[in-house]
Amino acid sequence: MKAAIITFPGSNRERDMRMALTRVNNGKAPLDVWHGDSDLPQGLDLIVLPGGFSYGDYLRVGAMAANSPIMRAVKARADAGTRVLAVCNGFQIACEAGLLPGALMTNAGLQFICKEVNLRIETTQSEFTQKYRKGQTIRVPVAHHDGNYTLDADSVKQLEDEDRIAFRYADGLGNVAPETNLNGSVSNIAGIYNAKKTVLGLMPHPENATDPVCGGTDGLGLFESIAESLS
Amino acid sequence: MKARVHVSLKNGVLDPQGKAIGHALHGLGFKDVADVRQGKLIELELTGALASKPKAEIEAAVKEMAQKLLANTVIENFSVELVG
Repeated sequence: MKAAIITFPGSNRERDMRMALTRVNNGKAPLDVWHGDSDLPQGLDLIVLPGGFSYGDYLRVGAMAANSPIMRAVKARADAGTRVLAVCNGFQIACEAGLLPGALMTNAGLQFICKEVNLRIETTQSEFTQKYRKGQTIRVPVAHHDGNYTLDADSVKQLEDEDRIAFRYADGLGNVAPETNLNGSVSNIAGIYNAKKTVLGLMPHPENATDPVCGGTDGLGLFESIAESLS
Repeated sequence: MKARVHVSLKNGVLDPQGKAIGHALHGLGFKDVADVRQGKLIELELTGALASKPKAEIEAAVKEMAQKLLANTVIENFSVELVG
């Protein structure tokens, strides 16, 4: 699998992402691409938009990064079918860039939330989650201030009908309820796919749950799924 | 020539910050505030060829800026005002 991580000014999880990808890719590290570049390396199987606070969250979260030179190339590759994993700030950037529907707004409680949460795997019919079981609960960290996923009701229904909701905020038993809604996201949504299921965006950080000595390994399944699909 | 772009959240989109401001106003004794919505105001100082064009063309150009960057039309409305 040939992967590349895009680093923006203010990205801060690109190294964690690199470790997670290297772990599942036979020790082969992903390539680094800078936001100011206008071209991507040839033959990429996966592009990653990592977490952080690109451009200081100026204007709206992800808005400035979505208009940086490299994103034109990312959009072209995504349209051509290259897989994209967009985590946290990456999810915000992907929404702003139009790769995914909806928008991420300020958390309903107005607080920055940094803790471990339970996610229910909503579908395993994807190259990103095939190693999990449908309905399985995994524990991964979140760290965000703007993770309140917002989308109109008709479009949420469409996501449901097309099996494009990847993860929902749940309790430890996999129950999804208003009380388990972390940040006000519509329908407890923590992650979604584009129509072709080639782009996954999510607020939690699976890359920070891939090492048994630090944060557990519940996020590893996602990276193993990707490596298996794209290798 | 100056352009002002007013950006506000669409109706139906929850505004947690507006809600918190409302609570704070109630705490200060302003009980007659029913609802608060927070938006933003972006001022653009225009220059060059654009500034000397007819108003309709300037407005169209600023609207394009708003659509492409200044507002996220998934969640926000905007209006353009030309000054001077």
